[in-house]
Amino acid sequence: MPMDQVAAHGHDAHDHKPGFFTRWFFSTNHKDIGTLYLVFALIAGIVGYSLSGLIRLELAEPGIGPLTGLMEVLYGTTGQQAIEQAKSFYNVVITYHGLIMIFFMVMPALIGGFGNWFVPLMIGAPDMAFPRMNNISFWLTVVAFILAMISFLVPGGNGVNGFGGGWVLYPPLSSTAGHAGPSMDLLILSLHTAGIASILGAINFIVTILNMRAPGMTLHKMPLFAWSMLVTAVLLLLALPVLAGALTMLLTDRNFGSQFFDPSGGGDPIMFQHLFWFFGHPEVYIMILPAFGIISHIVSTFSKKPIFGYLGMAYAMVSIGAIGFIVWAHHMYTVGMPSDMKAYFVAATMVIAVPTGIKIFSWIATMWGGSIDFSVPMVWAIGFIFLFTVGGVTGVVLANAGIDHALHDTYYVVAHFHYVLSLGAVFGLFAGWYYWYEKMFGVKYNKFIGYLHFWVMFAASNLIFFPQHFLGLNGMPRRYVDYPEAFSLWNYVSSMGYALSMVATLLFFFGVIESMLRRRKAEANPWGEGATTLEWTLPSPPPFHQFNELPVVKNEAGH
Amino acid sequence: MRYVLAWISAALMTGSAFAQELVGQPTPGAIGFQPAATRIMERVNDFHNYLLWFIVPITIFVLALLIWVCVRYNKRANPEPRKFSHNTTIEIVWTAVPVIILVLIAGPSFSNLFYQENEPDLEAIAQSGDMDDPNIYVDAAQEGWITVKAEGMGNWAWTYYYMDELDSEGFPIQYVSNGIHYGLPTDPPATPEKPLYLATDYPMVIPVNRYIRYQTTSDRVIHSWTVPAFGVKTDAVPGRLNEGWFLVEETGVYYGQCSELCGKNHAFMPIEVRVVPQDQYDRWIEVMKTGDVDAATELVQVIDPIGEATRLASVE
Repeated sequence: MPMDQVAAHGHDAHDHKPGFFTRWFFSTNHKDIGTLYLVFALIAGIVGYSLSGLIRLELAEPGIGPLTGLMEVLYGTTGQQAIEQAKSFYNVVITYHGLIMIFFMVMPALIGGFGNWFVPLMIGAPDMAFPRMNNISFWLTVVAFILAMISFLVPGGNGVNGFGGGWVLYPPLSSTAGHAGPSMDLLILSLHTAGIASILGAINFIVTILNMRAPGMTLHKMPLFAWSMLVTAVLLLLALPVLAGALTMLLTDRNFGSQFFDPSGGGDPIMFQHLFWFFGHPEVYIMILPAFGIISHIVSTFSKKPIFGYLGMAYAMVSIGAIGFIVWAHHMYTVGMPSDMKAYFVAATMVIAVPTGIKIFSWIATMWGGSIDFSVPMVWAIGFIFLFTVGGVTGVVLANAGIDHALHDTYYVVAHFHYVLSLGAVFGLFAGWYYWYEKMFGVKYNKFIGYLHFWVMFAASNLIFFPQHFLGLNGMPRRYVDYPEAFSLWNYVSSMGYALSMVATLLFFFGVIESMLRRRKAEANPWGEGATTLEWTLPSPPPFHQFNELPVVKNEAGH
Repeated sequence: MRYVLAWISAALMTGSAFAQELVGQPTPGAIGFQPAATRIMERVNDFHNYLLWFIVPITIFVLALLIWVCVRYNKRANPEPRKFSHNTTIEIVWTAVPVIILVLIAGPSFSNLFYQENEPDLEAIAQSGDMDDPNIYVDAAQEGWITVKAEGMGNWAWTYYYMDELDSEGFPIQYVSNGIHYGLPTDPPATPEKPLYLATDYPMVIPVNRYIRYQTTSDRVIHSWTVPAFGVKTDAVPGRLNEGWFLVEETGVYYGQCSELCGKNHAFMPIEVRVVPQDQYDRWIEVMKTGDVDAATELVQVIDPIGEATRLASVE
């Protein structure tokens, strides 16, 4: 709704903030909690990104080299023993890279960070429905991260510290047969805690969005980012308990003698995979849907046009979320399923391409006829649309079980999901960061650094992940600490891409520090007429408490 | 850097980097599938090429649209934005066209899947006598199945069982196949005959142009048995017996690598399959039945030439 149709919004003139400790540790304010989530995600992101650096360093050239040196430093071992430990440590590194990036970087940043910050602002609510629960959600996430880090540092039962069974945690590798050490138990506890945090957060979002929209804002007038968060929250609420169930069974298998996943007691390791992916597939949409919402706003703002096909966009997200629950076994084509079951999952999976295509084309149609301003967030959004398309079409390839038999567990899969997540969700994240940075922190960033960050990151991430398609097609399996000489060229290119991405990362932090030091005062609405959602009606940064008098969205407003 | 230079110089010398595409193993700098050795992989390759006809144009189309809107509708070229937000026709088109594309993909996808998944009925094939159908092998069907079981081992090795070939004590022939390279200084040197991380001490041996039924299982954690050139990959799961089939049309040595994370030596449990003429296979089986694995493996170090042209070769 355009701003002039927002009839009234008042701010409390006495913007009273609590003291530092109370404000940041006992915080119940959605904006402060959002900031805490973003800072937390940045810290976890540095850890997860460093781990991927170890992966690319080790794989840059054939031979087990850099990690062996690290083992000598960490464990004081030498020679053959150091190499053996390096092999196990590599598995630990890929495991924690995946878990940290998913649970402690992308989810906290997109859902906890931007969700907390902008869902109440966009729907005209003074805060989240349950502010104290919001606080618990955040601090449980921190506890979960600390538990994961402890798990990284205690014996895994594989000759090194940490659990090395991949983020999918498949038993029997994650049972006592594969990893007898306490690391896996701590990891289960960590994921349980993170799951509780996310479930509480999801309940909070659902209740807020369903009950606290400004007068006149019907669901069908609600901004698309709020829609994306509503769908994401429902997915979280339905998917995470299934993960919790699987993890609990794993926990009792490990510690209390149950045999849910142990064939010698009548259990079945494949049952874990079904439960895990019933959570795991919605989880990938949980990571990408908020980015969809962000991209919609950015494309609309900088094209100075309303979103094309608003209802189609909203219900495309709903249908992606719904279909996301009935496609899980496409991650499991090689486990030995009946062919009819595979055929079903092929068909169901390919259907997702339809709503996804609607989103891509609607974004382009929003730009069509617009007056496009190539601001920093807009170039990130355009980059997102293209890269997500690349990741999407390789998804259509992998959906076909016949081809997946050749590509399953190869680098092709790694390339695919990094195109949709590392280049999709993360580009969406940066787009949102540059879109809302001034609104959140009240200072302007240096645009040149923002553009440079984009171009370096765009080149780097394509350099990292595009050659991995070639590796996968030619047969390189994933999660390999070392590889035949034939794979060395593209691994080398990929690692060089990582080196370039380090430049991009430094640019990002340099941009943040520069803006924080210079403190150029931000405007309430730096983006002009195209920015029509409610957060731009408030000053930057918004007052500690906003919308004490609820804004009214007039009836003729809408799409 | 030296790999880039090596690759460029190789490309210059041979005219194409892929002129000497290796069979049964990855090729340096390759960007596509390994050459197919089975009808299954040939069909996967064909289907993938067919898919490229959709996904590459779609990606280019989206890119072209993005470039077009950026050029035509930037704020300098188009200072006054239009305000439309609906166009029912175009919305129906971009919903219906993807559906049609998916239907075009689904047909070959299912036929591809069911060809791989449904174990051929050898009796029916043998009786049909249809020599022109490239998907069935009448003469091989008359010979029946050869069943080989691959069991993934907790210490990162594969144990092969030849279920129908009994030794003098009445047990199926069985032997453990270990990789010979472990990324350690004590590894034997890699040679073209013993490629790094691919070669094994005792390979799996099968005859060419025979229907092979392979089964997988595991004793402790999950592994995955695969040979890229065959287009097959099946997890080896404790407590389960999975099954698949293939028929290799050309003799040679084909390699695969364990494809499900199984712990420390996941990258060091290769699969080596030596596909030999039937009579060489028969000799190998005879020696295996005496229990002398070394002598039997010695028999298949050099693969006998095969007289007749293979079907894949004749297609090309």
